[in-house]
Amino acid sequence: MARLTFAEAARRALAEEMRRDPLVWALGEDLQQGGIFGQYKGLAEEFGPERIVSTPISESTIMGAGLGAALCGTRPVIEMRIADFALCAMDELVSQIAKVRYMFGGQGRASLVVRMPQGIWRNSAAQHSQCLEAWLTHIPGLVVAAPGTPADAAGMLKAAIRSDDPVVLLEPKNLWTTEGEVEDGTEPLPFGVARPAARGDGATVVTWSACVPVVEQAARDSGVACDVFDLRSLWPWDEAAVIGSARRTGRLLVVHEAVTVSGFGAEVVARVVEALGPGALHAVERLGAPRAPVPFSPVLEAAMRMTPERVAAAIRRIAG
Amino acid sequence: MPGTSDETARRVGMLRDMARIRAFEREAVAAMRSGEAPGVVHPSIGQEAVAVGVCANLHRADRITSTHRGHGHAIAKGADARAMMLELHGRAGGSCGGKGGSMHIADFAVGMLGANGVVGAGIPIACGAAQAIRLKREDAIVACFFGDGAINRGPFLEGMNWAALYRLPVLFVCEDNGFAAFTRGSTVTAGGGPAVRAEACGVPAMVVDGEDVLAVDAVAADLVARIRGGEGPQFLHARCYRWEGHTGTDAAAYRPAEEAAAARDRDCIRRLAAMLDAEEVAAIEAEATSEMVAHRAAAMAAPWPDAAATFSDVQDAGAPAWHA
Repeated sequence: MARLTFAEAARRALAEEMRRDPLVWALGEDLQQGGIFGQYKGLAEEFGPERIVSTPISESTIMGAGLGAALCGTRPVIEMRIADFALCAMDELVSQIAKVRYMFGGQGRASLVVRMPQGIWRNSAAQHSQCLEAWLTHIPGLVVAAPGTPADAAGMLKAAIRSDDPVVLLEPKNLWTTEGEVEDGTEPLPFGVARPAARGDGATVVTWSACVPVVEQAARDSGVACDVFDLRSLWPWDEAAVIGSARRTGRLLVVHEAVTVSGFGAEVVARVVEALGPGALHAVERLGAPRAPVPFSPVLEAAMRMTPERVAAAIRRIAG
Repeated sequence: MPGTSDETARRVGMLRDMARIRAFEREAVAAMRSGEAPGVVHPSIGQEAVAVGVCANLHRADRITSTHRGHGHAIAKGADARAMMLELHGRAGGSCGGKGGSMHIADFAVGMLGANGVVGAGIPIACGAAQAIRLKREDAIVACFFGDGAINRGPFLEGMNWAALYRLPVLFVCEDNGFAAFTRGSTVTAGGGPAVRAEACGVPAMVVDGEDVLAVDAVAADLVARIRGGEGPQFLHARCYRWEGHTGTDAAAYRPAEEAAAARDRDCIRRLAAMLDAEEVAAIEAEATSEMVAHRAAAMAAPWPDAAATFSDVQDAGAPAWHA
């Protein structure tokens, strides 16, 4: 067990996977300089420029070359720098990577990882702060993982690398420097198994990614004993755990940094209501961002951020 | 070695491949027009010399990426033509089990990494395939086919730079049939064209008469030898002409009939056939036609896919299921 930052945990997990499997390699901008968040620090020195590949700013080809390399039997880790830049490679992700196995009748597999650091971080403004996980969960063929702790950053990255499915790994930029306990020789985590972060009968609170520590804090501050689930992966997601808890508490809150409208919280609520029936819940709420871009000024950005106070207030509201 | 028996055998082989492609596409277009084959096909009739002249220089271990107009590339690379015809008919036993159709034919067993419904999308894939080949120390190269329309997409610029930067073993083949869908390529393309753009990125380029299979073969042989020799990516701009419309249902009313007629007079198959024994040519063409007619009949007789296959091969984790 070691106390590591989110970035250190992820770096260590990648290094362990690259030592284990010589067909694992990484490509993206500035990787030989350690990546913009230090999550590749020292890897070029250990693995060389053929396996830690610094690329031009060519998102379509970073993504598409990763696919071509996967179709020829390697396991690429595709670094998008930040999730917003993956929008320059949407054809390669959505219409190529997600669909090759299906379109070709199972002949080829896109066994690869697409890392997309996402979310609000240090006043990066509208084009560097988006959370677009709901777009990705909508795409058949993709696994979507969204860890919220250093231990899960390591376990999810390992699972993503070993997965035969293409996995989009959403890494919360705001948590790169947060510390947590990480097991030595982390094992891959299964997709679709939530981490129960707190236990209580007052409400069911569901979250993921950068909102995990915010919601954990809020649950402690709210004075309401509630079930808190860190979903860790959004497709597949742990429907059974959430539905089971909501059946017991009758009160459901979903918290995410992304815009509330058409956010993944809508899917969570809809599935719970479908499973339990329209009259089963006493209170339901989605807590996300207003449908506005993320602004620059600290004062304005703060108005968009999810805070323990906002979440605690919502927990108290739904707990009645 | 013109005049030797080896050279004659090579020419006969290329004639057979071109004849098989043409016969396949004649049957495919007829099946589409009759409604026997669903959807549309994008025929490459008239362009067979490009696929065949390039693939004559590839080994089985080499990979290709292809386009929406990709039947010729697949057949030239050795793909199973019967399975392709079944795929066009949406039947079980098709190359992709009926899930892909004409625009997504792939045959990984012969290194055919897939046709593609998105213009230019094969370029980044080809670059990555070459990187994997290098990482795995395989003795192979990648040939990347795309049309003239692709050179106006971003991945073209990215891919040329990328391949040159990493000196990847890729042969880029710009199959310039004169039209980007319904629009004449020259009316939407500024500057010096495909070869100039490739060379600007450091990829050496050659221009060839893509309706002369011997010319394509000779230039491709030279470029492939350079790639296998470690000289990095090479570019082949092959000028040809799309005899049919964009799809099998497009009458191509946007171009003069005389222009298409002139292209038919330059028929790549007839040009090669004129150098070979007429009886042998006739036999090869008859055999190609009967093969593809038989494949079409087999496709019509083949069963439809099991409906359960609709939900297979999507993904392992979070695989689709109807909610009970």
